[in-house]
Amino acid sequence: MSKRSLREHSATRLSLVALTVAIILLFLLLPLAQVLQQAFAKGPAVFWQSLQGEDTIAAIRLTLLVAAISVPLNLVFGLAASWAITKFDFPGKSLLVSLIDLPFSVSPVISGLIYVLLFGAHGFFGPWLIEHDLKIIFAVPGIVLATVFVTFPFVARELIPLMEEQGREEEEAALVLGASGLRTFWSVTLPNVKWALLYGVLLCNARAMGEFGAVSVVSGHIRGLTNTMPLHVEILYNEYDFVGAFAVASVLALLALVTLGIKSAVEWWHRDELAATRRH
Amino acid sequence: MTASPPLQTVQGAGHDPAPAPRRRSLLRRQVIPGFTLSMGITLGWLSLIVLIPLAGLVIRASGLPLDRWITVLTDTRLLAALRLSFGGALIAALINGVLGLIVAWVLVRYPFPGRKLIDAMIDLPFALPTAVAGIALSALYAPNGWLGSLLTPLGIKVAFTPLGAVVAMVFIGLPFAVRTVQPVLEDIDVELEEAAACLGASRRQTFWMVQLPTIAPALATGVSLAFARAVGEYGSVIFIAGNLPRVSEIAPLLIVTRLEQYDYVGATAIATIMLAASFALLLVVNILQKWNRDRQGGTR
Repeated sequence: MSKRSLREHSATRLSLVALTVAIILLFLLLPLAQVLQQAFAKGPAVFWQSLQGEDTIAAIRLTLLVAAISVPLNLVFGLAASWAITKFDFPGKSLLVSLIDLPFSVSPVISGLIYVLLFGAHGFFGPWLIEHDLKIIFAVPGIVLATVFVTFPFVARELIPLMEEQGREEEEAALVLGASGLRTFWSVTLPNVKWALLYGVLLCNARAMGEFGAVSVVSGHIRGLTNTMPLHVEILYNEYDFVGAFAVASVLALLALVTLGIKSAVEWWHRDELAATRRH
Repeated sequence: MTASPPLQTVQGAGHDPAPAPRRRSLLRRQVIPGFTLSMGITLGWLSLIVLIPLAGLVIRASGLPLDRWITVLTDTRLLAALRLSFGGALIAALINGVLGLIVAWVLVRYPFPGRKLIDAMIDLPFALPTAVAGIALSALYAPNGWLGSLLTPLGIKVAFTPLGAVVAMVFIGLPFAVRTVQPVLEDIDVELEEAAACLGASRRQTFWMVQLPTIAPALATGVSLAFARAVGEYGSVIFIAGNLPRVSEIAPLLIVTRLEQYDYVGATAIATIMLAASFALLLVVNILQKWNRDRQGGTR
């Protein structure tokens, strides 16, 4: 009797499993399949050709450039922030952690808008920038700024819970034994957090390459110059070039799948070292 | 987007595990170097990228005269957009709560072939760029699309209607609900269920009276996170919603429209309202997470 009431009827179980699979298929897998189907609607040759367009190549190049600048910046920030937060005690720590997380709660459009208000033609620094012939908004620096903003917390948020859990004893031991601070960081801290770090960098990179709203506000949509891949998808789509739009989209979707694949593999092989990020 | 439920992980970190004895913490401060450097980088970068630009928006908004505020706030187009953004996000978040609970429950409790794959797929909306999700959903639900062609004969129009916005919001919010409930379900104490069963509770009673109260705070957190994300969502919604002013136009799109018309005042005002709502939600999420931690602590 008690055993029976501990488990659901097998019919209930079966229907719940079926429901879950249906939810995943309908909501997640079908959109993905749609991207591929549309991209290859006119055959692989047309797909391949539409990726060779001059503007598409420029968009891919710009996306790679923006990610190559913003990911390392946030990597350095994430390491510094997690070191400061987990290795020292100071008042206001939880406020600082909340502030680091702030960009996640802000609408992407607002993330772009704040830089337009600062650096746009009518912004605080607008007149000064025009005077010195510097361009931030509707140019690459603005795109980088908006991308750094939206990807700001990724690395720090993966590292902080893990480093919190690992404590400070190992670093203290190394330092007491005479290692320099830098050596301790390289040989003790970094190896301990390498998988969480990789994970954070991957997510940061996926978002940096895929960001749409924030970048759209600051980019100005100049073809071949300030169009990133997601923005290029929008332009092609609005021009009814569906194969082109979905071809570029499928490259971005592949990036997402690779990110998820590596993430799942890391989670599978190094579950213990990531445990902290899941538990708290 | 992220894999782990946003805020939750980092919030947990801010919560110190156990206060160390005073003497040891003094010693620590002397041993580990780099406080000034790491704190300097952290505060400097945080101020430059996040705090100063956000403060700029608030300063701009506080400089607006009252009558401009009234003009902006009584605009029926804005009110309709806010209603869709907040109302649609609420509906989507509630749907996500139900779907998320079912999916998390099945993933934690019932081993079935392909479970790992399904589990990995949950994060897809985090990783998939929103523009890609947007055009995929809109192709899927268009009248001649795979799902649209099935729904249109039934009289259900999804693409280019407010319903489309809700569908996109469900898509991007689903991982938040699943990923906040999942760890709590994994940690739930089976002994409690056994005790309830031994005391004569039916499976249904055990679920409603023992398990649901335990996961309620996490579920509420997940729903709030999904709601917060959906309110500000832009990329995935604008392709499928149709963007008809006063009907299927979301508030973030109205900000963009105002900016394109060089109406900085209007854009700033709308952004300020949405930012205030985000902060209020952040507060709610923090309170819910504290409740969650207390509830978890109590069952262990």
